[in-house]
Amino acid sequence: MLKQIDGSYAVGEAVALCRPQVISCYPITPQTHIVESLGKLVKARKIENCSFMNMESEFGAMSACIGASSAGSRTYTATSSQGMLFMLEAVYNASGMGLPIVMTVGNRAIGSPINIWNDHSDAMSARDTGWIQLFVENNQQSIDVHIQAFKLAEATGLPVMVNMDGFILTHAYVRVDIPTQEQVDQFLPPFAPLQKLDPKAPITMGALVGPEAFTEVRMMAHSRMERALKLIPEQAEEFANIFGRDAGGLVKKHYEGQADTVLVTMGSVIGTAKEVINARREIGESIGAVTLRTYRPFPTAAFREAVAGAKRVVVLDKSFVPGVGGTVYQDVFTALNGTGIEVQSVIAGLGGRPITRKSIQALFDGCDSRKGFEVLDLNTDTMARELAREDAVLGAREECL
Amino acid sequence: MQSQIFHYPAKDAVIKLHQTGDQTISNRLVDEADSLQGSRERSNALDSGHRACQGCGEALGARHAIDTALDATDGELVVVNATGCLEVFSTPYPQSAWRLPWVHSLFGNAAAVASGVAQAMKMQGKENVRVIAQGGDGGTTDIGMGCLSGMFERNEDVLYICYNNEAYMNTGVQRSSQTPGGARTATTMPVGEHPGNNFGTGKSVPKIAMAHNIPYVATANIANPRDLEAKVRKAMSIRGARYIEVFVPCPLGWGTASSDTIKVARLAMNCGLTPLYEAEYGQITQVTKLANVQPVNDYLKIQRRFAHMFQPGNEHQLQSIQAIADANVRAFDLLSSSNEGEE
Repeated sequence: MLKQIDGSYAVGEAVALCRPQVISCYPITPQTHIVESLGKLVKARKIENCSFMNMESEFGAMSACIGASSAGSRTYTATSSQGMLFMLEAVYNASGMGLPIVMTVGNRAIGSPINIWNDHSDAMSARDTGWIQLFVENNQQSIDVHIQAFKLAEATGLPVMVNMDGFILTHAYVRVDIPTQEQVDQFLPPFAPLQKLDPKAPITMGALVGPEAFTEVRMMAHSRMERALKLIPEQAEEFANIFGRDAGGLVKKHYEGQADTVLVTMGSVIGTAKEVINARREIGESIGAVTLRTYRPFPTAAFREAVAGAKRVVVLDKSFVPGVGGTVYQDVFTALNGTGIEVQSVIAGLGGRPITRKSIQALFDGCDSRKGFEVLDLNTDTMARELAREDAVLGAREECL
Repeated sequence: MQSQIFHYPAKDAVIKLHQTGDQTISNRLVDEADSLQGSRERSNALDSGHRACQGCGEALGARHAIDTALDATDGELVVVNATGCLEVFSTPYPQSAWRLPWVHSLFGNAAAVASGVAQAMKMQGKENVRVIAQGGDGGTTDIGMGCLSGMFERNEDVLYICYNNEAYMNTGVQRSSQTPGGARTATTMPVGEHPGNNFGTGKSVPKIAMAHNIPYVATANIANPRDLEAKVRKAMSIRGARYIEVFVPCPLGWGTASSDTIKVARLAMNCGLTPLYEAEYGQITQVTKLANVQPVNDYLKIQRRFAHMFQPGNEHQLQSIQAIADANVRAFDLLSSSNEGEE
């Protein structure tokens, strides 16, 4: 059914169709509308036999998911930014325990300085947690990928994080197609947990593991990730057969044929990028774009295949590590090691700064002269002024020492 | 089963053997009517072979509490454990001492995990399956306080049991919010002007629990296991959020002899430092009276963590602790005999 709703409500509708049994909630901008919508659906009994838990913190919210999932219930929560950091200990714990929790992250910058707007810092802070991390590019995908996320989590025994750009997607009113319950039921079978807390068959979960077995446990987690690499494209194909839409998968090549220079990015920015790329391809430029729809596990083989034939890739990171640069850049650099493809790094869109067509034009225009990482749309006057001021203060302090 | 408070000493205790006087703790020679531990059929929730220190009060407390809860629920029980000694000594992979479904997640989230388990069981239509969360005083009253308060105010159907040994024992005896004034820990050493832990700090979590108006709060002491059993049984007869704090000495952390665990616990109780009471919906409903009150020095002098107090110049510390005990005796009316033998 076609509906004109905001991205968060769309996710709420999609999650509801997946018949979750326990939803934990803690408000944080910009994901709050998602749990608000689910709270309403649970109260109105639009979701049967579902508990909606108003928790005391994100740490509590993820912990409640851990408990509910351990007890064998399909479990969901959502967070953003500082909330992700506050629950991070439990985020690691959920994947270590092999609990198929699904969490939406309405991607937002991390403070200080406090900033509620979109970038990918929160997702990057969780990149090593052992969760599967998927990125969606538009609101239709956010519906479709959530439905796939539950199936993927339960098939692999790993938790899945669905990343959608805060505000840009969560707050955008867009016409989307909400699938029918019959379609979703056909795609997503009832939850059959691999293990659960059951007085009839008692097990110990979360035991202390010492040096004699810890390495093996970690490698088991890795093998689950490798299984995910195989399952994600299969499930995307199955999804396309039932729902008639392309969504999910490992990587997406957004051009036909050949491109010498390929933009690599994640999330909604591809919408703007495609406009620029299509226009410039029409006048004969050999450029294109590939998006990583799965970031963890990193789809090295699929990605190499997607950019095969390119001379150069430019990684657009929407997060930044002081002292280092871009994060996705490092993954791409590693993945392309030995291929001879040049990898460039560009940072943009931090803390909600819009990535415009002009930004993307600059990204491609600067390819021949770029050294190190480049920050798009940087206000160089402000930087020069503040650096001079800081140099004066810190320089004077150095002299005192 | 109907909840019962057993009197101390038990009213009709028959002393059969030297080991089974009214001081007897939880061996299988006690009368079955006195303690579940006297039964050969008891469930052994926390089985032998775990790695607790000799004389561990927490192991003893957990065994009594969980055995009782298993009995009260006909085995339909899930236990959520916070990180800490109890978790570490009971579940070194590939071994587990727990004969029931048991889950450990993190240090500070047992109350939230248990909330999730309870909600999941309810949604699965398994309301007969009951949930206990348990942890030490660090995991409960410090790092777990946020999740615990959330569990209380939402009135989740969970019994939270805190085994209070008054410091972070698993990490090597550091101060917690339950460490008493003057006590030596690794982070409150007996040096300087105010040796040991600062006086005037800490908090009563049973009272904080009562302020949430939850159906049941109780304090217990491993020196009185019959009372502990009765309180756990009563707690399991109630739905909603419940809290029991069990006083459990730690020989290693307190510097007491392994064989003195019960003795030191009993002295704490008898000097008025750990009043035993029950509260329902924020109101105290029962207080265990004392026949007479012993001086705190009897309790303090057998613990190395208080040894510095007995050195010249530190007498004021002993007086401060005696004042706390005296205040408890007054506040909880511990010596009043008006309702002795009733309740």
